[in-house]
Amino acid sequence: MILRPTLEDIKLIGYYLGKIIIALGLTMIVPLVFALTRSEINPTLDFLIATEISLIIGLLLLKVCRTEKDLNWMQGMIVVSLSWVVATLLGAIPLYLSGHWQSYLDSCFDAMSGFATTGLVLVQDLDHLALSHNLWRHMIMFIGGQGIVIVALSFFVKGFSGAFKMYVGEARDERILPNVIHTSRFIWLVSFVYLILGTVALGVVGIILGMRPFNAFFHGVCVFMAAFDTGGFAPQSQNILYYHSLAFEIVTIMIMIFGAINFKLHYCLWTGKRKEVFKNIETRTLFITVLITFFITALGLAQVNIYPRAVALFRKGFYQLISGHSGTGFQTIYAAQFNQDWSHLAIVGVICAMALGGAVCSTTGAIKMLRIGIIFKAMIEDVKRIILPERAIVVQKFHHIKEIFLEDKQARSALLITLAYLVLYGIGACIGMFFGYSFLDSLFESTSAAANVGLSCGVTSPSMPVALKYTYIIQMWAGRLEFMSIFTLIGFLIAAIKGK
Amino acid sequence: MRIGFLIICALNFCVYGIAYAQPLNSNELINQAGRYDGKVITYAGEVVGDVMVRGNYAWINVKDSSNAIGIWVDKTKVQDIIYTGSYKSQGDWIEVSGVFHRACSEHGADLDIHGEVVKKIVPGRPISEEADREKRKIAVTLLGGLCLALILQFFKKPSKKKSSR
Repeated sequence: MILRPTLEDIKLIGYYLGKIIIALGLTMIVPLVFALTRSEINPTLDFLIATEISLIIGLLLLKVCRTEKDLNWMQGMIVVSLSWVVATLLGAIPLYLSGHWQSYLDSCFDAMSGFATTGLVLVQDLDHLALSHNLWRHMIMFIGGQGIVIVALSFFVKGFSGAFKMYVGEARDERILPNVIHTSRFIWLVSFVYLILGTVALGVVGIILGMRPFNAFFHGVCVFMAAFDTGGFAPQSQNILYYHSLAFEIVTIMIMIFGAINFKLHYCLWTGKRKEVFKNIETRTLFITVLITFFITALGLAQVNIYPRAVALFRKGFYQLISGHSGTGFQTIYAAQFNQDWSHLAIVGVICAMALGGAVCSTTGAIKMLRIGIIFKAMIEDVKRIILPERAIVVQKFHHIKEIFLEDKQARSALLITLAYLVLYGIGACIGMFFGYSFLDSLFESTSAAANVGLSCGVTSPSMPVALKYTYIIQMWAGRLEFMSIFTLIGFLIAAIKGK
Repeated sequence: MRIGFLIICALNFCVYGIAYAQPLNSNELINQAGRYDGKVITYAGEVVGDVMVRGNYAWINVKDSSNAIGIWVDKTKVQDIIYTGSYKSQGDWIEVSGVFHRACSEHGADLDIHGEVVKKIVPGRPISEEADREKRKIAVTLLGGLCLALILQFFKKPSKKKSSR
């Protein structure tokens, strides 16, 4: 028998949702102040309106739904899945008011793309967008990459138990420190330290490249946020091609790889355990998969002989590949060039890289390295069982911060999530084909959306069918949250309708 | 027969000569990059972002109605560029003639144009901005609403009733 959710359930969800909305509203003060300092009059009003709407809704929810109780698992998951929807709707307000998006749906598309650190865009005339709006686009990625709920957890949530449930709901089931709130604060600390270092590095490179100092550092902060959070937005319409620089590309590659690494591994690096990087199953798997997918891509590019020189192959072939594998989505080629200049095999190499993703507990999406590593280990274990005598005891271990014995439960869970991702990629591809796009284009764009990558072969544009926009929004949402909290939300809605 | 062939060749030359002398749009250049690779073309658009001087040359990014394309040009030829496109200004509209590269061997396979002649067609200008009245009204109204919501938080105490599920 399905139980209909009680009023108390709804109040609890509303109360925590209110806290998250207030946190989001307060973050909008940063671009608001920035717009004021840059004398951007209308953008100031855009952010003022969006902040006011967010704070009003948040405060009203706190008032109406006030409660002292802590969240249970179901409520925690629903708060998370809803908070991403609400953040998208509210975060899109200043974007829509700027007039650079064709419709509110388009601005919601970009907001979800930002929060989910995807990087697909529907913005128009980006080169004339106000700096404050551009800053907000990238801040959205920074907030979404760390996790919207982590923003609230760090500052607004007191109860540890409820906090952990929301933390898990946001596809982060690994605690770096014993306490989840301290974990959230550590994630922010890491992110801010790297933000300063990355901005300085990119800013200095920008000045050397001939950019005006203010622009160099503004681009530096924006590109860092998009790279470290494996997002893929950039301040100019040409994305990373705008800079025409190998040095800039190398710095962004380093930041993308840092973003694709597990925050636990960052903690190990910070605490001096550097050997962990080489022993960890995720870094090893990442190294192998990058090699394999790059081999496929390079083979495909060799077929058409478009980049005969090593530097060209690195700057175009490897860059798109590592950008796809890390889930970032930075491009140094035009979207149309994938179809015009690349062979099918090269595109397949990039699709495979996008589908795999980076590390768990990082800012990337997709299947992720730990799961790929576990599945591979489980396969080896099964092969060993067949080869070795029946009486032999086969034990498989893997190293992830510590030595862990591989259990069936872990392998099953990894396989299930992998399967769910493959289904998600497939559904998006089918819908794309339904609208007349080719199989490869549909699969490319669908994988890019669901794996939160952001590389585009040209399907994503303001003129694409509305249903496809909704499809990609849902894919980005589901892909970022890794299904569980969304399944819980669907279950909750069914219970609300059919429950007794 | 031979005369006919010569006429067709001459016609072809005229047609292509005119086509390349006319400014091409960015979509055509990107989508048919192979066709124009290594050819002298003309492209027109607004200069956006920074003029990035590198040694004796400079990179400028020029955007027509669809895309921006990088132009590699002698730095003396961009000295006339005063405004570049941004939120605060409409950039200078220029026409560039030069060699188009589908994957430039000199610049890490960038799709670019090595500009030889740069001509300013329409000078740019600063964009003046006025506050949108509607937005101002909405912001003030919402400010009132926000004050009310804040007052509500202070005035009513939370219910201390303990409810159990």
